[in-house]
Amino acid sequence: MFNYALRRVMSAIPIALIAVTVCFFILRMAPGGPFDRERPLPPAVLQNVLAYYNLDKPLWEQYLLYVGGLLQGDFGPSMSSYDFSVSELLAIGLPFTLMLGFTAFVIATIIGIIAGIVAAIHQNKWPDYVLVLAVMLGVIVPNFLMAAMLQLLFGVHLRWLPAGGAGTWLHLVLPVTVLAWPHAARISRLMRGSMIETLGTNYIRTAKSKGIGERLVMSRHALKPALIPVVSYLGPGLSYLLTGSLVVENVFGLPGIGRYFIQAALNRDYGLVLGTTVLYVLLILVLNLLVDLVYAWLDPKVRYQ
Amino acid sequence: MPGITHKDRTLTAYAEKLESLDAPKGRSLTQDAMRRLVANKAAMVSIFVLIFIILAAFVGPFFVPWGVGEVDWSSIRKPPNFEKLHYLGTDQNGRDMLARLLQGTQMSLIVAGVATLVSVVIGIAYGAIAGYFGGRIDALMMRFVDIMYALPYILFVIILVVIFGRSPVLLFVGIGMLEWLTMARIVRGQTLSLKEREFIEAARAGGARATTIIGRHIVPNLTGPVVIYATLTVPEIIITESFLSYLGLGVQEPLTSLGTLISNGGPVAEVMPWLLIFPAIVLISLLLCLTYIGDGLRDALDPKDR
Repeated sequence: MFNYALRRVMSAIPIALIAVTVCFFILRMAPGGPFDRERPLPPAVLQNVLAYYNLDKPLWEQYLLYVGGLLQGDFGPSMSSYDFSVSELLAIGLPFTLMLGFTAFVIATIIGIIAGIVAAIHQNKWPDYVLVLAVMLGVIVPNFLMAAMLQLLFGVHLRWLPAGGAGTWLHLVLPVTVLAWPHAARISRLMRGSMIETLGTNYIRTAKSKGIGERLVMSRHALKPALIPVVSYLGPGLSYLLTGSLVVENVFGLPGIGRYFIQAALNRDYGLVLGTTVLYVLLILVLNLLVDLVYAWLDPKVRYQ
Repeated sequence: MPGITHKDRTLTAYAEKLESLDAPKGRSLTQDAMRRLVANKAAMVSIFVLIFIILAAFVGPFFVPWGVGEVDWSSIRKPPNFEKLHYLGTDQNGRDMLARLLQGTQMSLIVAGVATLVSVVIGIAYGAIAGYFGGRIDALMMRFVDIMYALPYILFVIILVVIFGRSPVLLFVGIGMLEWLTMARIVRGQTLSLKEREFIEAARAGGARATTIIGRHIVPNLTGPVVIYATLTVPEIIITESFLSYLGLGVQEPLTSLGTLISNGGPVAEVMPWLLIFPAIVLISLLLCLTYIGDGLRDALDPKDR
């Protein structure tokens, strides 16, 4: 187990490094910058500004300085919010993004698993058809469109929920719904498939023919093996959720790192763009790593591959 | 946005299966596949709807009463009105919604088509080379694909678009450049099984060069998976493009796309719902059709799921 964990961590490090490198050089290649104004800065001022951001040094030195800072948790200065460093901005946004993502993740996983089981038990009856419809909606309708429609229905016409902004937990209902729906849809589809497969196996038939109650067969014998494909999907699922939060935060105007990313991209605040991208990559790598470790812990076969 | 069609998961599994599989037995695959596809009602209906949408988007603009940029000063912000020939209403600037919608659909289709083409070409070349040469080259090239997979690619598209300006061409290339990963995996898997077959051996014995073998003998045999993959990629690209346009990073005025229309329609949907509803309907039906066609093609062409 320990060896497996070590191997996985070691393989994640070069990926993180490559991502940082690629982002850094692409952004430095960009024509124009945050300091291009309609009225150009006086040369002396510009010189000082460039020196503050290390932009006057050769490229490789900038890169080494950036990576060095990164290792100490310093993401460098922001180029449009002058009073904040990127680390400070990320520290404000990250908790919100994580909270939003995890809430959606937990809710979606639970709903998805339950819906999948219900659909598998009532295969080709009405609960199954309702599920197919809900899955179709979740998978086909792009999340920004879904967000707009829900805002219109619940925020504007019915006035049950706030249409945007952050504050109370009521503000989170719509964003979490938009974020969780596609995730729940995919999980329920996986769960339904694997549950139907499991219920067709011999040992389940044996258990049933021994006279064990339906409920006990489900919870004791069928649930665990049927869950394995779902667990293996959770890793990529988390990544989708995180990138999905990019959309949701922007549509609903929520203060997370996804919103910073888009704002920074529009303002050409390359320091913040780089910081958010690096953070996203690290987050996705770490979460995938965690899911992989959980998976290896659940299923010993994986460890020895 | 990866994953609306599940292509990663399904097709990766498919690619892995292909690797371990013996070469498929000779039988008239195309006819067989066509028959199965025609029997699939959802896919057939989808094909007709898709053809209708494509025709409307490309031929329709010649027959609409109002031009795309034409302003009707007498009806600004008006709901659908058949007497004035604004069949889908007008927007805040008095432009005809039907004309805008057709132009937007056209734009989205063009972006999706070109980006898919780019991703398919890169994917085939990369996958075929990795699979054919095998060994260390293969390991290295596929390691790179794995790394790219781990990165949130939408962020990179946004960075590229922001840096290199907001031209539609960049949109095609940027999205296409980042969508080829799955294609490369599938093609590699297929190539690994193909290159062991007799006709490749014969070509090699005959002294054909590697480039000839790949171009003449391997690539034509990849048609099935490539077609499936391409149909499943199109909706993903449409969603990505719509999302970028929605954020204001994609197609710029006076041109428009489905995403731009939806992002313009969203905030005013309370008072002018027709600005949101019609593009939304077109977008959703487009995505539905493409997904059904992709699924239908996979069922028809994939020899495993029978």
